[in-house]
Amino acid sequence: MSTPYAKLPAWADYGLIPLINLSVAFIVAGFVVMLVGENPFRAAVILVEGAFGRGTGIAFTLFYATTFIFTGLSVAVAAHCSLFNIGTEGQAYIGGLGIALVCLSFDSVLPWWVIFPIAIVAAAAFGALWGLIPAYLQAKRGSHIVITTIMFNFIAASTMVYLLVGALKPAGSQAPQTRNFLAGAELPKLNWVIELFGAKIRSAPLNICFLLALVMAFLVWLLIWRTRLGYEMRTYGHSPKAARYAGISETRIIITAMMISGALAGMMALNPVMGDQHNVAIDFVSGAGYVGIAVALMGRLHPVGIVLAAILFGMLYQGGAELAFEMPAISRDMIVIIQGLVILFAGALEHMFRPYIQALFASVSPKSVGMQAVKGTGA
Amino acid sequence: MDMFNAIVQVLDSTIRLSVPLLLACLAGLYSERAGIFDIGLEGKMLVGAFAGASAAAVFHSALIGLGTAILISVAFALVHGFASITHRGNQIVSGVAINFIAAGSTIILGQAWFQQGGRTPALQPGERFEAITWPGAEAIRDVPIIGPIYAELISGHSILVYFAFAMVPFTWWVLFRTRFGLRMRAVGENPAAVDTAGISVAWLRYRALICTGILTGVAGAYLSMVQNGGFVKDMTAGKGYIALAALIFAKWKPVNAMFACLLFGFLDAASIRLQGSPLPLVGKVPAQFMQALPYVLTVILLAGFIGKAIPPRAGGVPYVKER
Repeated sequence: MSTPYAKLPAWADYGLIPLINLSVAFIVAGFVVMLVGENPFRAAVILVEGAFGRGTGIAFTLFYATTFIFTGLSVAVAAHCSLFNIGTEGQAYIGGLGIALVCLSFDSVLPWWVIFPIAIVAAAAFGALWGLIPAYLQAKRGSHIVITTIMFNFIAASTMVYLLVGALKPAGSQAPQTRNFLAGAELPKLNWVIELFGAKIRSAPLNICFLLALVMAFLVWLLIWRTRLGYEMRTYGHSPKAARYAGISETRIIITAMMISGALAGMMALNPVMGDQHNVAIDFVSGAGYVGIAVALMGRLHPVGIVLAAILFGMLYQGGAELAFEMPAISRDMIVIIQGLVILFAGALEHMFRPYIQALFASVSPKSVGMQAVKGTGA
Repeated sequence: MDMFNAIVQVLDSTIRLSVPLLLACLAGLYSERAGIFDIGLEGKMLVGAFAGASAAAVFHSALIGLGTAILISVAFALVHGFASITHRGNQIVSGVAINFIAAGSTIILGQAWFQQGGRTPALQPGERFEAITWPGAEAIRDVPIIGPIYAELISGHSILVYFAFAMVPFTWWVLFRTRFGLRMRAVGENPAAVDTAGISVAWLRYRALICTGILTGVAGAYLSMVQNGGFVKDMTAGKGYIALAALIFAKWKPVNAMFACLLFGFLDAASIRLQGSPLPLVGKVPAQFMQALPYVLTVILLAGFIGKAIPPRAGGVPYVKER
C-alpha cells in the first residue's frame, strides 16, 4: 500500500472516525433492540441512568471498567508489537491461580497491604508465564500466535477446572471454587471517594485495583512512547524487517511484549478475585479478556483511549444489568452483541467510512488532508 | 464380546461427535485455502444452529430449517468477506466480532421469539433429520463382528452424517481437480499471480467464503436438528475452535481433515465413555485432560515437533491491487 489513506487532521483521525464507527455500532444494536420489540431510545436512557444515575451505579461501572482497563492494556501492548493476543482470557484465568495460591497461603497471617503486592507479582508472573509459551513458539518455531493463544485459552480453562474441582477445592465442599479468603486478602473499597461527591452507595465492589489500573495505564503509556523497549516494540510492529535491520532481536521483542501483555492480563484477576468475590471460582474471568479486544480497538491502542473505552464498556455492563430488569426481552447478552458490533465497526471495518470523510474534508478544505484531490478512494 | 460392543459404541459416538467438527473443518479449509483466516467458524455454526432450529420449529419442516441455517450462515460469512476482502480489515478481528454477534444475538432473539430461556421449541418428528436405517441392518444385526459394525457404524445415521463424509472426497475433488479449486489455492498462496492472470481475487475469495458459509450452516443444523432436538444457547461450545485446530492438524488437506476430526471426536467420545474410570496402564485420566488434549496436540504440532504445519502463504493478508 503506497498511500492507502491520505492524512486527516488528528482530531478527525482520533476523535471523529472512532465516534462514527461507534455510532454505527450502536445504531445497528438499536435495530436489534427494535427487532425484539422494544424501544431503543428508552433502552439507551435506562442503560445510561443505570450506569451513572446513582452512586452505586457509578461504583459498579468503575468496578467493571477496572477489569477492562487491564485486559484492554494487555491486548494493546501486544498489538503495538503487531501480535494479536487473543489469550488475554486464559492469561487472566491463570493469573487468578497465582492470586489463589498467595491468598490461600498468607491470608491468615498477613495484612492486606502486604498480601496485595505479593498477589500483584504472583498474578503478573502467572499471566506472563502463560503468555510466554505462545510467544516462544511464535518467535522460535513460527507458530501463529493467534491460534496458539486460542488453544491456550482452552488449556487454561481445562487446567483451572481440574484444579478447582480437585486440589483447590476445600474438602467437603460441592461448589467448584476455592474457600473464601479471610479478611487479610480483602482489598479496601474505594466507594468513599464517590460518597465524597454526595452520592449514596449501598454496596459496590469498587476497590483499589481501580487505582492500580490507572497506574498501569500510565506505565503502559510510558513504556510504549517513552522507553527504548517501547520504541523497539513499535518498530517491530510497523515493520519486522526494519526492526531486524536495526539490530532488534525478534525473539526478545516478541517474548518481552507477550510477557508484559500476559502480566497485565493476569493482574486483571486481582479486581474480581481480591476486590469482590474473595475466592477463585470457575470461569470468573467470564469473557473480560475478549472485551479487552474491543476496548483496545476502540481506544485505538492508546492508554487514554483504553481507559475511556473501558469506562464505556463498564457502563454497558452495569447499565445492561439494569436494562435486563426493566426490559425482560433484553438480557445482559445484549452487551455481547454490542461488543461484537463495536469490534466489527471499530476494528475490522475501521476504514469503511474513511474515504467518505476524506472526500468530505477534501471538498471543504483540500489543505486539511494535505493533498489536492482524493481520487480513486473507492477502496 | 462385551469389549467389542463397547468399542463399536465408542466408534459410533465418535462418528456422531466428529460430524460437526468435520463440516466446520472443511468449511474453514475453503476460506483458509483462499487466504482468508476464519476464526468465526464458531459463530457461523451457532447462527446456523439457531436459524435451523427456529425455522424448522416454525415451518414444521427439516428442509426449510436446513435451508435457513445455510442462508443465515452464508450471510455471516459475507459480512466477514465484506470486512476482510472489500474493506481489507483485519481478518482475525472480524472473526472475533462475528463470534460475539452470533453468541449474543442467538440468545436475545431466541428469548424474544420463543420465551424459553434462549432455547428454541423442541423439534417434533419430521422437523428434524431422522436416522436412516440401511437395508438389511436389522436382519444382520445379530451376525457377529459384521452385524454390529454394519448396523451401528454404517447404518442408522442421519442424512447429514453421510453428507459430511461425502464432502471429504468432494472437497478433495474441488480443490485438486477443478479449475475453481486450482485458482482458489493459488489465491491463497499468491493472489498477485491470480490477479495478473485476469481473475478477480475478491470474487474468488467471496466464493470460497460462500462455501464456508454453506458448510458451517450444515454443521450448525446438525447440532440443533440431529444431535439435539432444538437450539440451546452456546451449543457450539468451542467446536468451531476445535475444528480450527483440526484444520491445522490436517495441514489444510481434506482427507487429513477427516482423520483429524475423527481423532478429536474419538477423544471426546472416549472421555464421555470413561467418565473417570481407570484405563489400563495409565490409570485414571482426568476428564479435563481429555478435553484439553486436542488443543495440546495442536500446539505441539504447531510448534513443529510432529511434522510442520505450513499455512497458505497469503493467509490473513488483505489483497491490495496496486502498490
